Amino acid sequence: MSTYVLGRLLSLVLSLVAASIVIFFVVEVVPGDPAQFMLGLNAQPDTLMALRDQLGLNQPLPLRYLGWVLGMLHGDFGTSYTYRVPVSELLTARLAVSLPLAIYALALTILIAFPAGIIAAARRNSKTDVVVMSTTQLGVAVPNFWFAMLLVLVFAVGLHWFSAGGFPGWDKGGLWLGLRALTLPAIALALPQASILARVMRSALLDTLGEDYIRSARAKGLTRRQTMWRHALRNALIPVLTIVGLQFSFLLAGAIIIENVFFLPGLGRLVFQGITQRDLIVVKSVVMLLVFAVILVNFLVDLSYALIDPRLRRQR
Amino acid sequence: MTLLRTRGLSLSIADHPILSGLDIAVEKGEILGLIGESGSGKSMTALSIMQLLPEGGTARGVIELDGADLLQKTEREMCAIRGRDIGMVFQEPMTALDPLKTIGEQVAETVLTHTATIRKDAAALARETLDRVGLPAERFPLDRYPHELSGGQRQRVVIAMAIALRPRLLIADEPTTALDVTTQAQILVLLQRLVDEDGMGMIFITHDLAVVAGLADRVAIMRRGEIVETGETGAVFRNLHHPYTRALFAASSHVPQRQPPPVPVPDAVPVLLAENIVRDYRLPRRSLFCPVAYFRAVDGVSFRIERGENVGLVGESGSGKSTLARALMALEPLQGGAVVLDGETLNAVAGATPKARRKMQVVFQDPYGSFDPRHRVARLVTEPFHLLGAAAPSGAERQRRIGEALETVGLTAADAEKYPHEFSGGQRQRIAIARALIIRPALIILDEAVSALDVSIRAQILDLLAELSGRLQLSYLFISHDLHVVRAITDRVLVMKAGKIVESGPTDTVFQNPQHAYTRELIAAAPTLAAALAGRD
Amino acid sequence: MSIEAAPRPAASRADSYLRAALRSPNFVIGAAITIVVLVAAVASFVWTPYYYAALDIPGRLKGPSGLHWFGTDQFGRDIFSMIMVGARTSIAVALVAVGVGVGVGVPLGLAAAARRDSLLDEAIMRANDLVFAFPALLIAVLITAVFGPGAVNSIIAIGIFNIPVFARLSRGAALSLWQRDFVLAARVAGKGQVRISLEHILPNILNTLVVQATIQFALGILADAGLSYVGLGAQPPTPSWGKMLAEAQTFIASAPHVAVAPGLAIVLTVLGLNLMGDGLRDIFDPVLRRSRQ
Repeated sequence: MSTYVLGRLLSLVLSLVAASIVIFFVVEVVPGDPAQFMLGLNAQPDTLMALRDQLGLNQPLPLRYLGWVLGMLHGDFGTSYTYRVPVSELLTARLAVSLPLAIYALALTILIAFPAGIIAAARRNSKTDVVVMSTTQLGVAVPNFWFAMLLVLVFAVGLHWFSAGGFPGWDKGGLWLGLRALTLPAIALALPQASILARVMRSALLDTLGEDYIRSARAKGLTRRQTMWRHALRNALIPVLTIVGLQFSFLLAGAIIIENVFFLPGLGRLVFQGITQRDLIVVKSVVMLLVFAVILVNFLVDLSYALIDPRLRRQR
Repeated sequence: MTLLRTRGLSLSIADHPILSGLDIAVEKGEILGLIGESGSGKSMTALSIMQLLPEGGTARGVIELDGADLLQKTEREMCAIRGRDIGMVFQEPMTALDPLKTIGEQVAETVLTHTATIRKDAAALARETLDRVGLPAERFPLDRYPHELSGGQRQRVVIAMAIALRPRLLIADEPTTALDVTTQAQILVLLQRLVDEDGMGMIFITHDLAVVAGLADRVAIMRRGEIVETGETGAVFRNLHHPYTRALFAASSHVPQRQPPPVPVPDAVPVLLAENIVRDYRLPRRSLFCPVAYFRAVDGVSFRIERGENVGLVGESGSGKSTLARALMALEPLQGGAVVLDGETLNAVAGATPKARRKMQVVFQDPYGSFDPRHRVARLVTEPFHLLGAAAPSGAERQRRIGEALETVGLTAADAEKYPHEFSGGQRQRIAIARALIIRPALIILDEAVSALDVSIRAQILDLLAELSGRLQLSYLFISHDLHVVRAITDRVLVMKAGKIVESGPTDTVFQNPQHAYTRELIAAAPTLAAALAGRD
Repeated sequence: MSIEAAPRPAASRADSYLRAALRSPNFVIGAAITIVVLVAAVASFVWTPYYYAALDIPGRLKGPSGLHWFGTDQFGRDIFSMIMVGARTSIAVALVAVGVGVGVGVPLGLAAAARRDSLLDEAIMRANDLVFAFPALLIAVLITAVFGPGAVNSIIAIGIFNIPVFARLSRGAALSLWQRDFVLAARVAGKGQVRISLEHILPNILNTLVVQATIQFALGILADAGLSYVGLGAQPPTPSWGKMLAEAQTFIASAPHVAVAPGLAIVLTVLGLNLMGDGLRDIFDPVLRRSRQ
């Protein structure tokens, strides 16, 4: 087990390093002179020089990179040029919205998709299966931000069950109000992802149900249902978990857009504001943080393989 | 009362008739051998009894287990019967077990499904059953996973799952076909012992007459969904009433007519000379800090093949014969030694030059995977022309050569325009031989070339190969795990184990008087039709 | 007396594909929808009911009518015309992005499979994983942050994300083919890796690639809509479905029809493509279809 875990850990670290190099390169090297880029063409020479000093642009590239990485490891993401506050403060504040949203959406996705996929596979070709397949076929085609708008139209404007946007904050509104504000966004995010996941679950189960060991189980006297629950499901989980890991990255991406629909003060809006205002420091940090989240989730998925699949554990 | 009796069992799947009017009977403590080639419907018979038919399958007739008609049972009732009254063992042990559950859990599952025992007692019964099938506790604790076991060991677990509750009937569908000859012998002994101990009846399905002749008390021979002949084993094979039985019997013991190999001219260059071939594989790293380990698949193998000589290479799985074959074909680099083809040394790393490759061609095992499904026969057969470079024939000459090659193997020139899927397995193997012949190599390597064919087709292909070798002065390296085939078609034989050649010599000598212990073990384990029948009388 | 499985009768491959295609409802419906969308996009170069950028402030925010089939937006522009023209952008972006993915990803995947476990293979797989760590939107964010928004940047971002998808797919499919005997036969015939990849491997994975290309095309339309929605895609005055939705958001309560039409256009296009992809998968792999159905 430890070899596998160590291997995955090494992979995690290497991926992070590689990703950080890419981000650093795109943000600091490609624009030529980041200071010039941020201040625009009409910048005064002294403001330019001051910014160059502040950003440490006079140092050689490798040092700048290392400085950035070491800073991040200490929780120091630099200071935002537009807001004049430490970026880490901004990140923490926005994370308090984006992270719960992502988790909420992921939970909804799994809660909807797993039962749907399992039932569809268990009752292959029945009416239930057809309903599931048609609904998911539609769900996959719906852009989540459009669905969000429809949800707002029906549930906020029409029924007044939810507000059309905004976030009251965890301390002012408390847990319940906060979750309420995140519900429509989470549903909008979850729908297309759940559709994909349900189809993947159904397909993985059907594949597994065609394996030889399923036939052995039936020959022992297990009913179809017992075979499904005791043998097929766990084996099907392996490809499904891969997809769940991938979906997390899609959820993050989708969250960036959804925050715009619902005016949520999350990482998504932060990075867009950063782009509009050419605040490269903010952009750099948010992208790094999001990529870190994706890589971390995939690492956790890899770990879960080892939990499920004994072939990945230590050989005797 | 007869343990199992079918009357007029018919089966159709989506309106395709599979079985018609089957009448078979098995008594308590009796082994019935159900024999047939591919497409005979023997596996479907087993699945009909178990009511595990694929979708769209409708069975008609009567299947009585101790008088109770199984076809009238509900699915729920059948679930109670499967595993408790009837056990089943399938052909592929490598995929028959759930990879995520321990062997103890899987054997105990049979017990827990049918009886109201607690886990501890079920585990104890599982342990006892695993001991019975020859997997003792010290080496095979209950928490072993299937991927830690070999094919033969996995098949024992499958048998354990089937007999844990001492069922009245055991159905074994080609249980040893995918196993090595020595493992097969052990499993057959095990099955016989279990039948004796538990007094259960067994239906043993196979295509191998030699296996069934030694094991079964009665046989039923199937062809195209019907039983053509049935009776006591010895009697059936002595009398050979039905023409199909006769044909099957003849094909099983068929030995092609062969010319003796040409007398080697002194100082003649051997067609193939292998000198101390070594091939190592890198093993996956156990941890990041361990040094890289290697596995020696071929360990200093040397032999030679003269012009017109047919040499056999026998070995079981893991012997390294496939690796050796690929090394000889210059498809893998060598870590030591050399391969000399008709006097030309092949480069150990860079592989063979086209000039060298022209002297050697290959026929593979799988008639279905040997051809790119998108190409026509003409293009497939002329693949080796690539080695002739600029001198490759084109236009009319090319057509002539294609026609000639196809006719040599018993097909027609018109077949060149067809696709591989339009041919049967035996015909495809002929096309493969045509492909190997077309540039007139000196040596053809046949890697399990007849192993995937039905017995009757096998006989025809062996005849073809023998005739071609004599007429065209071709040398063969015939690689196989099937001792009978090797004995029938080779002049000399090499026996391989764990990367080394343990014995070599003229075929008849080695078979009649094996020197090495392993060769003796192999020959003893391989069932022979004649010997099995003799043993019955 | 031998029994051999009766050989199948001769049939031209293209002919049997065509017949199977017409028998698959998924394919027929999907293809029909896709064709309608394509025709609308192409036709928009020659004719639209109104000039898509024509303003008509007094006639703004009118619902669907005989004059304006989908109604007008907040500037009085005809929504139907805007959707036809918007189809051009979405299709162009998604199509080129698929082209990038296939053109770069497939050769990489084939090369990785041909030299399995070599340094090249490792490098390609690691690069793949690296790209997968960046959600497509993030790549677009990065590129836009530095180069500014536009349709080309959309294409690059979505295309970059398509590359590892096709690389991984072709590598996987190719790896299993390299083990097959007919490839060994080609190697014994002296053919090199490049030749085998082109002659034997690529034609046999074409079916899988086509199916995936349809899927990525559909995903590309969705991704482009998302990017346009947040302003990172094609810039005005070029209409795009995502931008239309962004502008419609302010009026969602008073004039919902402005948001419904572009959304439905996206849903319909993606649905059509996905159905076609499913249909193609059924046609190319009847064995799979039997077990999957």
